[in-house]
Amino acid sequence: MKLKIALVILLIALFIFSLSTGHATASFSQGMTALYYGDGPLGTVMRQIRLPRAILAILVGASLGVCGAALQGYLRNPLAEPGLIGVSGSAALGAVISLQTGFATYVWMGLPIAAFSFATLAVLLLLLLAGPRGSSLTLILAGIAVSALAGAFTSLALNLSPNPYATSEIIFWLMGSLADRSFEHVWLALPFCLIGWLMIGSIGKALDALTLGEGVASSLSISLTKTKLLLVFGVASSVGAATAVCGAIGFVGLVVPHLLRPLVKGKPSTLLLVSGLGGAVMVLAADIAVRVILPDRDLKLGVLMAIIGAPLFLHLIYKTRSSLQ
Amino acid sequence: MRVYMPRFRRLALYIVLYFLGISVSATANTPRVVSLNVCTDQFVMLIADDNQIVSLSEISTDILSSAMAAEASKYHQNNSGAEEVYLLQPDIVLAGIYTAKATVNMLESLGIRVEKFEPANTVEQIIGNIKRTGQLLGHTERANTLVTKFESSLEELTMGINNRPRAALYYANGYTTGKNTLSGQILDLAGFSNIASEFDIHWGGTLPLELLIIAKPDVIITGTTYPGSSRSEEILKHPALKPLRHVSSTDANWVCGTPHILKAIEDLQTIHPDKMSTQ
Repeated sequence: MKLKIALVILLIALFIFSLSTGHATASFSQGMTALYYGDGPLGTVMRQIRLPRAILAILVGASLGVCGAALQGYLRNPLAEPGLIGVSGSAALGAVISLQTGFATYVWMGLPIAAFSFATLAVLLLLLLAGPRGSSLTLILAGIAVSALAGAFTSLALNLSPNPYATSEIIFWLMGSLADRSFEHVWLALPFCLIGWLMIGSIGKALDALTLGEGVASSLSISLTKTKLLLVFGVASSVGAATAVCGAIGFVGLVVPHLLRPLVKGKPSTLLLVSGLGGAVMVLAADIAVRVILPDRDLKLGVLMAIIGAPLFLHLIYKTRSSLQ
Repeated sequence: MRVYMPRFRRLALYIVLYFLGISVSATANTPRVVSLNVCTDQFVMLIADDNQIVSLSEISTDILSSAMAAEASKYHQNNSGAEEVYLLQPDIVLAGIYTAKATVNMLESLGIRVEKFEPANTVEQIIGNIKRTGQLLGHTERANTLVTKFESSLEELTMGINNRPRAALYYANGYTTGKNTLSGQILDLAGFSNIASEFDIHWGGTLPLELLIIAKPDVIITGTTYPGSSRSEEILKHPALKPLRHVSSTDANWVCGTPHILKAIEDLQTIHPDKMSTQ
């Protein structure tokens, strides 16, 4: 309980900090006043530029955190993460295809629907390849293959675009950024994220039971098929929507559950919620950092996350290397 | 035999060109010209005789970049490759200073005269480029007439401006251009003050969306959007821009420093308070 309260306080503090970070020079109180009352330019900046950005950081971070914890709990493997196993990459491919073909423009909710569909395919493929226990080696190798393929097709789709800017946006789709997103993007992502969280939240108990083995879980009348389906669609829905508007941001789902797992004594159902909060905290903090470190360059979030996450990933591989054989 | 060889070659070439539909009847003072740059294309079309124009660049017919796309379609187009241009055997080649160096060097080493033009950012440079094209193509008179007409039209357009509304030029990725660029000049001549100067941007640079909103320009002019989707251009449709008065988009008339900027200025002035009553 204490951990949850601490994370919520941290989240609120970072949310306010995020709202007061930007190019426009305004004091903290001016900014907050403009957020509530201002109709002038500062009000527009606060409401239309900074607020959606901070909200998206929370949506994206929470989705990645929850999905990382859920995948790790289901596969009982600490290396499972939406970015590493290619789900984010596939969602980005779906998003790019829908944008370049016009599907995103002409179909209501076309962008998140396309990202969700591609993410679903990726999760299904991975679960199929990795098997029920999710052996690390198969999981990582399958993830590499799916990521590589999705990344290649994303690049291809952008290279073939008649728009001269598209090619330079490969980096955005592969690394992710929240720069200059608007409420349109929030409304596109929010429903899918919420549905995904609810689906994953409903399998918390099943994940707890699975820690005792599939036999015990079955004897507790937990349907493995239902759990699996809820996991697949929950991950695809929330990661798909988050990626569709912000690009693929890796390592959040790896780092956050790893840091928080010891604090919840490894209980998957509790880890889901705290990972959601932790993921939101991490992405908010990272998004503040990219604006403070290089304000004029739109440093990609994925760059920062990889710098933090990759060493941890190596450490996890080192720790689990005996089971990789 | 050796003496006649070049003549045969030229004859063979004329036959090839005849089948390509290219006229070769120009005389020595009006050299046959190939242009490799979308801006020199326009100078050539404005000044040269039809039968002088052997070939224009491929972009000359692109409506997004060429102010004379329709006129250009009746001429032969080249890919600006050395081999292709050499085979066209022009008397002179006009290129931009940023035309691929390898191509220009190759053509020069093959003995073809290449004249390189700097992109014109100011009225003086535009006039300079018109006169230079006139001299090179043997139409000094025609060029001078064009200059006089350009100057008088410009004077007429820039007359009677008392207010200078603040305007912002805003392109994909939050890019803006300042007073030293051609678009900055067009904005200035149309009677607007460029807010890029308020941020010490005199050439080109990124203007964060937040700063643009806070600066609150009277008018915002965005770049043309290309077909297909791009995140870079999404910034031009950002809801935060809605409170600002968005007017027009830059078009092909803004691309090259040629007399066609008159049309760009005229289009822009349809929203200028001092000019609206007179139109």
